Amino acid sequence: MTILAVLIPVSLCLGGIGLAAFVWSLRTHQYEDLEGDQYRTLFRDEPDA
Amino acid sequence: MPLDNGSASEQAILLVPGLKCAACMTRVEAALNGVQGVISARANLTAHTARVAFDPDVTGAEDLVTALGREGFDARPMDSVHLGVAASDRVDRDLLLRLGVAGFAAMNVMLLSVSVWSGAEASTRDLLHWVSGLIALPTVAYSGQPFFKSAFAALSVRCVNMDVPISLAVILASANSVLETARSAEHAYFDAAVMLIFFLLIGRYLEHRTRAGARSAAVELMSMTGRTAMRVTPDGTKSVIAVGDLERGMIIEITPGERIPADGLISHGRTELDRALITGESLPEPAAPGDAVHAGMLKLTGLIHAEISATGDGTLLAEIARLVDAAERGKGRLDRLADKVARIYVPIVHALAAIASIGWFLANGDALAALQIAVAVLIVTCPCALALAVPTVHTVATARLFSQGIFLKDGVDLERLAEIDTVAFDKTGTLTGPEPELIAAPASNDPAWGVAAALASASRHPLSRAVAREAGLRGLVPSALNGVTEHAGSGVEGNLNGCRVRLGRPGWAGPAARDGMEVILSQPSGTSSFKFAEEVRTGAVETSAALSARGLDLAILSGDGQAAVTQVAAATGIGNASSQMHPGDKLAWLQARRDAGRKVLMVGDGLNDGPALAAAHCSMSPASASDVAKTAAGLVFTADNLGAVAEAHRIACTARRRIFQSFGIAAVYNAIAIPLAMAGQVTPLIAALAMSASSILVVLNALRLRGNR
Repeated sequence: MTILAVLIPVSLCLGGIGLAAFVWSLRTHQYEDLEGDQYRTLFRDEPDA
Repeated sequence: MPLDNGSASEQAILLVPGLKCAACMTRVEAALNGVQGVISARANLTAHTARVAFDPDVTGAEDLVTALGREGFDARPMDSVHLGVAASDRVDRDLLLRLGVAGFAAMNVMLLSVSVWSGAEASTRDLLHWVSGLIALPTVAYSGQPFFKSAFAALSVRCVNMDVPISLAVILASANSVLETARSAEHAYFDAAVMLIFFLLIGRYLEHRTRAGARSAAVELMSMTGRTAMRVTPDGTKSVIAVGDLERGMIIEITPGERIPADGLISHGRTELDRALITGESLPEPAAPGDAVHAGMLKLTGLIHAEISATGDGTLLAEIARLVDAAERGKGRLDRLADKVARIYVPIVHALAAIASIGWFLANGDALAALQIAVAVLIVTCPCALALAVPTVHTVATARLFSQGIFLKDGVDLERLAEIDTVAFDKTGTLTGPEPELIAAPASNDPAWGVAAALASASRHPLSRAVAREAGLRGLVPSALNGVTEHAGSGVEGNLNGCRVRLGRPGWAGPAARDGMEVILSQPSGTSSFKFAEEVRTGAVETSAALSARGLDLAILSGDGQAAVTQVAAATGIGNASSQMHPGDKLAWLQARRDAGRKVLMVGDGLNDGPALAAAHCSMSPASASDVAKTAAGLVFTADNLGAVAEAHRIACTARRRIFQSFGIAAVYNAIAIPLAMAGQVTPLIAALAMSASSILVVLNALRLRGNR
């Protein structure tokens, strides 16, 4: 069962990375304009706003 | 992307109602970025806003608005009215973060729980429980806050809502699990506590989204009207001034087609006024110097100067707005469906938990086991399905209404709309279209048409516009005239090959008035007559038929004269019609119905309907309505077709049915789960399965509303 001592921290770390990514995306306003963002990918010269 | 570049920058959010397409987005951003001193600008297509960071020493919000104006976009800085929207954005982010944390915790705790259920024993199980606890306790403390706060708020005013049992179950489950883990017992409910919060936050988030979406739609509708006036100083210079800055004694210039911004007296010029918003009278009336004008009236012809006698709070408009406010307050707060259910559900569940726990204590004297039972009962009865039922159905129903061009301000209005038994319509602008319809005219090959079209196109009077539109539809070419002038209150005059031609009211252009609405064209060769009737709005006949078929009583409440009302009543098949009603009369009519226990849906658009809309059980108004009506109404529809009323009612009824079905699912679930929990048969595994199953069923049931017609 010592494997648990490795696997539990590993799984928590992976989940933690996901959570951190989510928090980052939220902090940078990425969910505020879902409608606009779908078009932004189509523009070539997207200003670095 | 970070917008805060130290102390030298300031942020502004601009409301840009015209921001509707991907190309607009680039144009708005380019226009804003072109302004000197702008650090960054980002358009938001969902909210129709632009967020700008700028250097306050170099530029200001006014420059930004001007820059957008040059590109053809109306823009306004978000003011105090819209601050509610910004606050709601913050709540949105906050809820989403709590939801994310709860989701992360739920996944991890579930993984650990699966190991426990698959047979981990002794110290391994304890280890897994402790790790679960380490994840679950901070999550409960953080993500559970919205529920704890709401429960505390309810308890501190001595009432219960759904959040009371939720908070109690989550807190007791966490505390009990710590206790159980500490004595290496078999069952810990960390997974249940976290999952509960996760599911419930989904419901809470959906509810918030529905409300925020509806509110931003309302803000946008309000922003459609202009809020500036043209001031004329005694020396003759003109300047644009915000309506809020108008003062008594100022002279303002009002151009045709503009709404009058304040009460006043005409000091110069003649005009025709559309008083429909105030009086409900559909035909324009002439006005001359010395006549009073009121805020909200629409000026149709001529150019006038008016001296302001009252502004803002002192205007007739504000008077009506106050009446609306009073009616709104008088209605009182009606209960939300979910709260009504909570008031029955919560005491029953808590009583059952107490009974089970006391029973077990009396039976074998084990206090810890008795507590365990109480916790199990509280967890399985935690109203996941109940709390999800209303928000999920409302979300789906709002989306469906939105796709039909109907904006909903609050979920409560959807519940109320399903309860109505009477529908009262305003006439002008609601049952009838904004413009009258031509019912009798010369034949298309009559040369009179060309002359009439040429004269009519020079005027904004509704009857002229109807003639011009009809000429366009028939593909007729207007004759060449010169010297066309408009005589306010009478008609239009011009010169055809040296002869005078007139298009205007009977008595001025030709023989004196007969019955109904009529316009006379007089030429040297004789006179021709154009007769009009009020055009019934598209779908009005079908709507009144559909609503009566559903067993609803229909009525017309109009401020217009009896003849016009009778005509529309006959056309739409609505028997109960009242004419010449003032705003106060409509209000009294509704209050009488309410006292008789009736629930009335009021459909109206005018300023004069405002108090009635606010007092009615539920209310709708078209997007073309006055600001006051749109503010007072619970639902606003953008389509020209009155069918939106029947459609909204149908969707509301279906939504109500779905909610009750979901309550039914929750009841069945509880009927099975509670006895099991009281008997001590609910293990954490069963609790998790039962909770998820009932929640998913409820969500699926709500989604069914999307497809069925």
